[in-house]
Amino acid sequence: MESVESQIAEWRAYIANAPGVNGHDVDELEDHLRHQIDELSAAGLTPDEGFLIAVKRLGEVDGLAREFAREHSGRLWKQLLMSGDDEPARAASGWLEALVFAVGAAVAIQVARLAAGFPDEEPSWLARNATLFVLPFLAAYFARGRQLDTRHWVLTATPFVLLALVVNVYPWGADSDTEVLVVFSMPVVLWFVVAYPYMGGTIRAHDRRMDFVRFTGEWFIYYVLIALGGGVLMALIAGIFEPTGVDVDRIAAWVLPSGAAGAVIVAAWLVESKQRVVENMAPVLTMLFTPMFAVMLACAAVVYAVTGIGDAFDRELLSVFDALLVVVLALVLYGMSARDSSTSSRDWMDGVQLIAVVSALVLDLMVLGTMFARIGDLGFTPNRTAALGLNLVLLVNLAGAAWLSARFLTGRSTLHRLERWQTTYLPVFALWAATVVVVLPPLFAFD
Amino acid sequence: MHVDKDLVAASATPLVLAILSEGESYGYAILKRVRALSGGELEWTDGMLYPLLHRLRRLGYVTTEWRTPPEGRRRKYYAITDEGRAALAEQQQQWVAVTRALNDVWPGSGAVLTALGEA
Repeated sequence: MESVESQIAEWRAYIANAPGVNGHDVDELEDHLRHQIDELSAAGLTPDEGFLIAVKRLGEVDGLAREFAREHSGRLWKQLLMSGDDEPARAASGWLEALVFAVGAAVAIQVARLAAGFPDEEPSWLARNATLFVLPFLAAYFARGRQLDTRHWVLTATPFVLLALVVNVYPWGADSDTEVLVVFSMPVVLWFVVAYPYMGGTIRAHDRRMDFVRFTGEWFIYYVLIALGGGVLMALIAGIFEPTGVDVDRIAAWVLPSGAAGAVIVAAWLVESKQRVVENMAPVLTMLFTPMFAVMLACAAVVYAVTGIGDAFDRELLSVFDALLVVVLALVLYGMSARDSSTSSRDWMDGVQLIAVVSALVLDLMVLGTMFARIGDLGFTPNRTAALGLNLVLLVNLAGAAWLSARFLTGRSTLHRLERWQTTYLPVFALWAATVVVVLPPLFAFD
Repeated sequence: MHVDKDLVAASATPLVLAILSEGESYGYAILKRVRALSGGELEWTDGMLYPLLHRLRRLGYVTTEWRTPPEGRRRKYYAITDEGRAALAEQQQQWVAVTRALNDVWPGSGAVLTALGEA
């Protein structure tokens, strides 16, 4: 019997090392194994023989681990990684392709700059169109990587063309508020457009949508890292070349826009090819920051509930609030997408998230109350309308998320429902951003 | 007779849900029941049951609980939820539709398929 025990222990250690299998899974499989051995022993086999048959019946560890990994993050990339041994060439050739698109974006933004005479002149069309010089390259990078057919290429390109027409054909007034709104909303709209080729030309698959959310979070982390590194590099260049009389500012004016544009594609490539790196880092970051934001939001909600929001409320505070709410939502969404679904049980992070969401909801309600009062007194302006819409969109999302996570925490609903709610809601954000770009300007006579 | 792999996979969910609707159970017992029900014709790799059970849990079709029965080891029990029952009913309708269609174009095997379809 002793030798069987040691064999079981060895088998346990081996299977526990497989990706996608956690300790509880192994316990469960071991129970199964022992059952089978007991039964075979009862039928007259020795425990050793029983062990061999039982292990064989459980299936090969690789295949088993792959099934576990598939279930515990039914995500495309992980399956690719799992079977990645067969095709290591892909990752290696990927960088060249990414580089081509990154250089394309970098050159495009320079051409636009030259045409605009930047930085001596800063025509507003450049700001309106800036993302249109970059994100099509990202979309094309994905469309190529996913090997989309012609129809999907056309469908990917169409929104870019339409939006380019809209922002350039509209007769913007001088110092137009709606134009400023468009400058801020365009990146959001175009990012959702990129989602289409990213998801391989499908938009209905909820798993893919969640993948895109996670991609967005990880892309952001890589982008920030690249930006930090670039900042250090620029500072060093300045320090070294300043004494030689080189005009560092002129160099920076050339390098920065190209670098920022190219980094968009490079970050995307990093997320795709160095998945494991960011996969280890990102959940840690979320785990660090979600509690901090939860505490901060809860305090803010209490403080503003006591003092009232009315007096302090101005445009600046409103944008801070909205930025905060968006960040909270991003954290919650990303936390959800990066969640290790093998631990689908409730833990303290879910409670923390609920606190964050409920506090954000309270703040949003207060902001909305004040905004309604404002609009009642002073009427609609482009900025107020855009902010009101954003806050309403956020309110509905947060309310749904709070309701479902409360039900999840009390065991009356599943995480799956909560994820579904968020992935179903994603198009609403895209639609509102698109509305701000396309519908609001004519509504307010391009003022 | 060897049942096609895809067919085994497709029937796995309704089969497991149906077994659990008879009462809560654990992995090994579920597999034994599958073998008994199919007379050994549905060949499952034992290990594949567990990812499936975990998926059912994520979808909220089953709940799980670790318990130690008086005589034995700590063991993970699965019980079907109301959602699981609803999903099972849904799957049953689909299988009935499939078997009915096959029934109509396969004269002669009617009795077997009817038995399967209305079960």
